[in-house]
Amino acid sequence: MGSYVVRRLLQSVVVVIGVTLVTFLALQAGGDPTYLFVSERASQEEIEATRQALGFDRPLHEQYLSFVGDLVRGDFGQSLSYRQPAMEIILEALPATIELTLFSMVIALLLAIPLGILAAINRGTAWDGSIMTFSMLGQSIPNFWMGIMMILFFGLYLRVFPISGHVPFLAPMMEGDIGTALSNLPRTILHLILPGIAVGTYSLARNTRLIRSSLLEVLEQDYVRTARSKGLPERRVLIHHALRNAWLPVVTIIGLEFGFLLGGVVVVETVFSYPGIGRLLFAAINQRDIPLVQAGVVLLAGIFIVLNLVVDLVYVRLDPRVKLAEGRG
Amino acid sequence: MSDRPGEGAVPAIRRETRFRTELRRATRVMVDARWPMFAVIFLLAASIAAVFGPVLSPLDPNRQNLVLRLAGPMAPGPDGVVFWLGSDALGRDVLSRLLYGGRVSLMVGIAAITVGGSIGIVAGLLSGYFGGWVDDLIMRLADIQLAFPFILLAIMFLVVMGSGVWNLVLVLGVGQWVTYARIVRADTLSLREKEFVEAARAMGDSTASIIFRTILPNILAPLTVIASFNVASVILSEAALSFLGLGVPPSVPTWGSMLAESRDTLVANKWWLAVFPGVAIMLTVLSFNILGDWLRDFLDPRLRERP
Repeated sequence: MGSYVVRRLLQSVVVVIGVTLVTFLALQAGGDPTYLFVSERASQEEIEATRQALGFDRPLHEQYLSFVGDLVRGDFGQSLSYRQPAMEIILEALPATIELTLFSMVIALLLAIPLGILAAINRGTAWDGSIMTFSMLGQSIPNFWMGIMMILFFGLYLRVFPISGHVPFLAPMMEGDIGTALSNLPRTILHLILPGIAVGTYSLARNTRLIRSSLLEVLEQDYVRTARSKGLPERRVLIHHALRNAWLPVVTIIGLEFGFLLGGVVVVETVFSYPGIGRLLFAAINQRDIPLVQAGVVLLAGIFIVLNLVVDLVYVRLDPRVKLAEGRG
Repeated sequence: MSDRPGEGAVPAIRRETRFRTELRRATRVMVDARWPMFAVIFLLAASIAAVFGPVLSPLDPNRQNLVLRLAGPMAPGPDGVVFWLGSDALGRDVLSRLLYGGRVSLMVGIAAITVGGSIGIVAGLLSGYFGGWVDDLIMRLADIQLAFPFILLAIMFLVVMGSGVWNLVLVLGVGQWVTYARIVRADTLSLREKEFVEAARAMGDSTASIIFRTILPNILAPLTVIASFNVASVILSEAALSFLGLGVPPSVPTWGSMLAESRDTLVANKWWLAVFPGVAIMLTVLSFNILGDWLRDFLDPRLRERP
């Protein structure tokens, strides 16, 4: 266990270095980055002064080290379009993005479990067939198009859901204003429903298939047959014997799922004019506001890395077989 | 087939007949399963439409017509042509743009899989065959890539390198190599110790020949399944990146960028601009998914025995 944790931690460190290297190079690869920071009419002297002030005249490895040094202190530089520290802007948009990601994760996991079980225990029936058809469709619809279609139907035709915007819940919560947070909650959820479904459907479909096939595999195992032949009721076999092992593969993908949902959130936020990091990144990309893009990507990647680390470590505790395998490797 | 028929000709013929029987069996099973057959028919039609797009499309996809802006489906267009699927905010023919957009999606999808598949297969073969530090290096690289949400990587890369078809192919391809590498590695590991590989080694074949001529042909079948699913997910990613404005240049119509443009006229209820490109993406992706699903069942020896 100890050596696994150490190895896994080291791996995360390498990944973090990789992320910083990629984001650092992002600023450099487009040519001399000084030109991003000066106006088009700047004189040669001004350009030279800016270059020296921002340190772009130093050798690359020195620049990289000071870039990492700044990151550690939480300094991502100034956003070019907002003239504000990039990290401040990103952190302001973070709660909204977390709300949407968590909401779509709830859809993707909580609905997938009953659907997957239902399909597995009714294998070959109409239940199974329609759940599988649904999940095949769900994996084929682009999330942003689904968003657009829902805006057309539920937003503009039926007029039952808001089609844009966001009511903050986490932000007042973190400021300690619980009263505002709770009174906002119903409207927060109302605004999350359409974008949440758009983001979560693909994962919901994939997880449903995963749970179904995982459960089907477990149901063929010897210990399930033993449990059945002991005369245990089917419900008990399912809950106490089969599901315990069937949901393990699901745990492993929770971390990756988060990264995947985050990708969806980035795109879908744009569709719903939802004020999160995704929409910010989209605007930053179009304005070539590289420091803002860097801050957003590093923050999201950082969250993803930490979350995956936690999930992997929790998994070791859940599945004793991982520990056994480690002894051999 | 001259004086030494026993040398290479007979196995070649045998392989040929075996391939034909397999193909016939595959076709029969596919027609029986119905959905995979529809998927193949749709994909063939889409490929034909993509190849012959310029001939098939009624109008130049970039021809603007400001008088006939936002015409609904079936509305009369210029020169006696009908806007079968309507016209967009600049009066361009949606059907023509849809046909041209299909070229980008299919081409990028297949090219990206070729890039990613090639890198992944070579990496997996090396990793599995040599083991040791080669294996460690390649697999750690794979871990690192998986620890980074792909869409962020793609956004970063395209922002820096600029958009364009080849950058898109490159980034989408690099995004896929890990899947292939892992599967190929596992298969290579188990084949490495098999007798026929041993025999090739004993006959003095070079390492390259053992890897690429003895091992590789035996691990290709399961990769077709992965490739089919991958084309589907690459097309989805391409559409998403085009939607964000990170895809191909604006002069080239793509399904993703058509959807991005459709947002401006959504509130005015110009539904055809939003519906048709999305349906095109969905049907294409769905077809590849159905095909992949069917291929997996077809190639899986455990399922093969069942009626």
